[in-house]
Amino acid sequence: MTKPLSAGTTPHSETGSRVVADPDDISRALRRLAHQVVENVKDVSNVVMMGIPTRGVPLAARLAKNISEIEGVSIPVGSLDVTLFRDDLRMRPSKALEHTHIPSVGINGKIVILVDDVLFSGRTIRAALDALNEYGRPAVVQLAVLVDRGHRELPIRADYVGKNLPTSLSEKVLVQISEIDSIDQVVILSGEDST
Amino acid sequence: MKHLISVQDLRRVDTFHILDTALELDRVTNGGNKLLPTLRGRTVVNLFYEDSTRTRISFERAAKRLSADVIHFSAKGSSVSKGESLKDTALTLNAMGADMIVVRHSSPGAAHRLAHAGWLDASVLNAGDGRHEHPTQALGDAFTIRAHLRPGAMDFDGLTIGIVGDVLHSRVARSNIFLLASLGARVVVIGPPTLLPVGMAGWPCEVGYSLDARLPELDAIMMLRVQQERMNGTFFPSELEYSRSFGLNRARAQVLPEHAIVMHPGPMNRGIEITAEVADGPRSVITEQVANGLKVRMACMYLLIGGEASAA
Amino acid sequence: MPLNSYLIRGSQPYGENEQDIRIVDGFISEIGLDVEPGNLHVIEASGSVSLPSFVDLHTHLREPGREDAETIASGSRAATLGGFSAVFAMANTSPVADTAGVVEQVWRIGRATGLVDVFPIGAVSVGLHGESLAELGAMAASAAGVTVFSDDGHCVSDPLLMRRALEYVKIFDGVIAQHAQDPRLTQGAQMNEGELSGILGLAGWPAVAEEAIIARDVLLASHVGSRLHVCHVSTAGSVAILRWAKEMGIRVTAEVTPHHLLLTEDLVSTFDPVYKVNPPLRSRADTLALRAALADGTIDAVATDHAPHPHESKDCEWDSASFGMLGLETALGVVVAAMSETPQWNWRTLSDRMSSAPAKIGRAQNHGRPLAIGEPAHIVLIDPHQAREVVAIELASLSGNTPYAGMTLPVSVTDVFFNGVHQVRGGELVG
Repeated sequence: MTKPLSAGTTPHSETGSRVVADPDDISRALRRLAHQVVENVKDVSNVVMMGIPTRGVPLAARLAKNISEIEGVSIPVGSLDVTLFRDDLRMRPSKALEHTHIPSVGINGKIVILVDDVLFSGRTIRAALDALNEYGRPAVVQLAVLVDRGHRELPIRADYVGKNLPTSLSEKVLVQISEIDSIDQVVILSGEDST
Repeated sequence: MKHLISVQDLRRVDTFHILDTALELDRVTNGGNKLLPTLRGRTVVNLFYEDSTRTRISFERAAKRLSADVIHFSAKGSSVSKGESLKDTALTLNAMGADMIVVRHSSPGAAHRLAHAGWLDASVLNAGDGRHEHPTQALGDAFTIRAHLRPGAMDFDGLTIGIVGDVLHSRVARSNIFLLASLGARVVVIGPPTLLPVGMAGWPCEVGYSLDARLPELDAIMMLRVQQERMNGTFFPSELEYSRSFGLNRARAQVLPEHAIVMHPGPMNRGIEITAEVADGPRSVITEQVANGLKVRMACMYLLIGGEASAA
Repeated sequence: MPLNSYLIRGSQPYGENEQDIRIVDGFISEIGLDVEPGNLHVIEASGSVSLPSFVDLHTHLREPGREDAETIASGSRAATLGGFSAVFAMANTSPVADTAGVVEQVWRIGRATGLVDVFPIGAVSVGLHGESLAELGAMAASAAGVTVFSDDGHCVSDPLLMRRALEYVKIFDGVIAQHAQDPRLTQGAQMNEGELSGILGLAGWPAVAEEAIIARDVLLASHVGSRLHVCHVSTAGSVAILRWAKEMGIRVTAEVTPHHLLLTEDLVSTFDPVYKVNPPLRSRADTLALRAALADGTIDAVATDHAPHPHESKDCEWDSASFGMLGLETALGVVVAAMSETPQWNWRTLSDRMSSAPAKIGRAQNHGRPLAIGEPAHIVLIDPHQAREVVAIELASLSGNTPYAGMTLPVSVTDVFFNGVHQVRGGELVG
């Protein structure tokens, strides 16, 4: 399904990339995810959302807001930088650290929901689990992602998925979130464009 | 960036990147109490030709906190006649698979030689080469100054920092002067002419011989250690005369602006360049300097060898 | 064909008009146009510049004692390849050349090698300790015929000893060659004292430590009526003092090294000990003053201060490294490169500064003679258009500490005749 690109915000060529979700799709997905969380987790007052930088952070905030609107309870939101825990550090130049913020309620005994934009190999989530370990012992850890593009390399699965996107390995999935990119959309870039 | 030899290799953006990384690492490790797996499997060698327990321990803790393997190599003697040559030591460490060499040596340029002579594949971190430089000390001091005087800032514009004492023999002074100036601070160097290098006219700092005249302008004052050897030599007549003119005592501390902080790279000669009262007083951030040195050393190690090995 | 006899056809003596030069039995027998070769071997030299071979007033041949760095034989090879027919060998060997015995040994080995004339320099003080005079008279009277005396490596810093030495050598028309370096001002010194030394944290060697000694010595020389020679002048201030002294009629001569004409202290910021030398590399202003002084004759001669060092002495950190650079094989190219933009400089001046003046200072009778009939055939042919890259390992010296490795020098020595013997051909040693 090919849609014309929105004007003025994406620098990619028109050939070889396609938009697979627009702002409405994303907003609907986040509302659906919020309902799924509420249905699944009986007691949302024990939930802490931890967004994985960069784009997982605004997504976590939006998801938390949606849940608050449904249940009337405020959900603490934090961020969890996983850079220092990655297993593939030596394969690329050293990456700048992002910000980690644990909400003041902590995570001990909490239901921590990790939030990320794309679930792919699963290695980022493995690192996130190690990182979480350093800060406490949650009762339960769950995972919410906007997009699951398959190709897992580890036994990791998401509890809540906004959109399943079958892709080939040569493709690149680009999630843009308006808090960072001025637009909400999900774009698939074909092989030649994925540099 | 593969090596850290001199602060003059760092652009302003590089320096703040190191300071921000240090801040984040400090948060993640909860003030240094946690272990991170980031440098697991890496080998860091502490190659110390000069005795320095405090610096060595600081680098050791930094490496261990990131789960690196740490090897100590206390070397004695210089290349000529005594002991193994710097080159042979380097070749040996390279063969053993060191990822990083932290080197302290009495000869200016020793770190530079290690990094560029083609003996090593490892990253080289200069922990002090003779009188030349001690970059991580200056980075730690910049961290301290930023925390107290410009939190979150990306420049030190408008800050005036005083550096007092034996600049001629001090690698800490050299690194600090050039680093702070590169961040936009105004640096004022004060000391007896015998302890200031010839030809400072081109340096990015002001030079003065009177401490009292400059105290009111300073946002931070950094006191340098005066070594015993200088006191017996021809540099100035006596310890007392030195303290009288250049020592930071209570009276002088009171002339400093309210917000000013008192710094010293350690170890201190209490009673000579700084009185015990001031060193232990409310404005002193000397113990924080030690903690911040550790933080920036962790940051430097992460940035130098946390990723793939880069081309020099 | 007769020995040591050739016809050099078409070269340009002193870079001037083309002439043929005929050498017979080691002497120049004819210079002119279209000279008949007869049965002589002809060397086609059109396009070459021919000059009298050079004389080096300041070389370290290291033998006896440090044959791991250089020997009289290897140093002689380096010298002839550089276009030299005579070298003055400094006395800081092991044992020190402070007796007739040692200087004669050096002289004999030089003769036996037979590639250049080696003139041993005698020490001024016993053991170079700067305390008591060495047996200057015995060395002068020896087979080596020493006329130049120097404690080079060390300064004769005691003013009384310097005075006595200056007075004493008048007996045999000798000259004291002073290494001007006040030891008290240069303890532990590593590089020129200035802004850069302050930044690098290397102990400084202030210009005044050289200038103050030169000032003292020219006044002493004047007072006792003696000749004085100053080794390796390196600062603009020294040049000013020499200029004044010559204006006052004081009999002082001076030499400068090729490296001080070309290289400056900024190379020290690489911390590569190949650039560590005594006196140290100085500022650009000093370099320019030295060039002007060499052009106008305030500095009389170029002298290489060829200082070979084994690899270990340079392959280490700066503080531990030895001082010194090679110079014999690269001297001509470096001088040409350094002086290329200085006015009043041509092949005539070069020949004076690298050949006649040093020969005169050292009283080396058969050297520094003009290219003229009846003179000894010590001739060097130079290709002024053939640039050459300096490759350390290809140098004839046993050591490799040249600061010019990888640099391209603008001219090449192609042929050298020593007493009419054609011993360098096409830039290579014959045989």
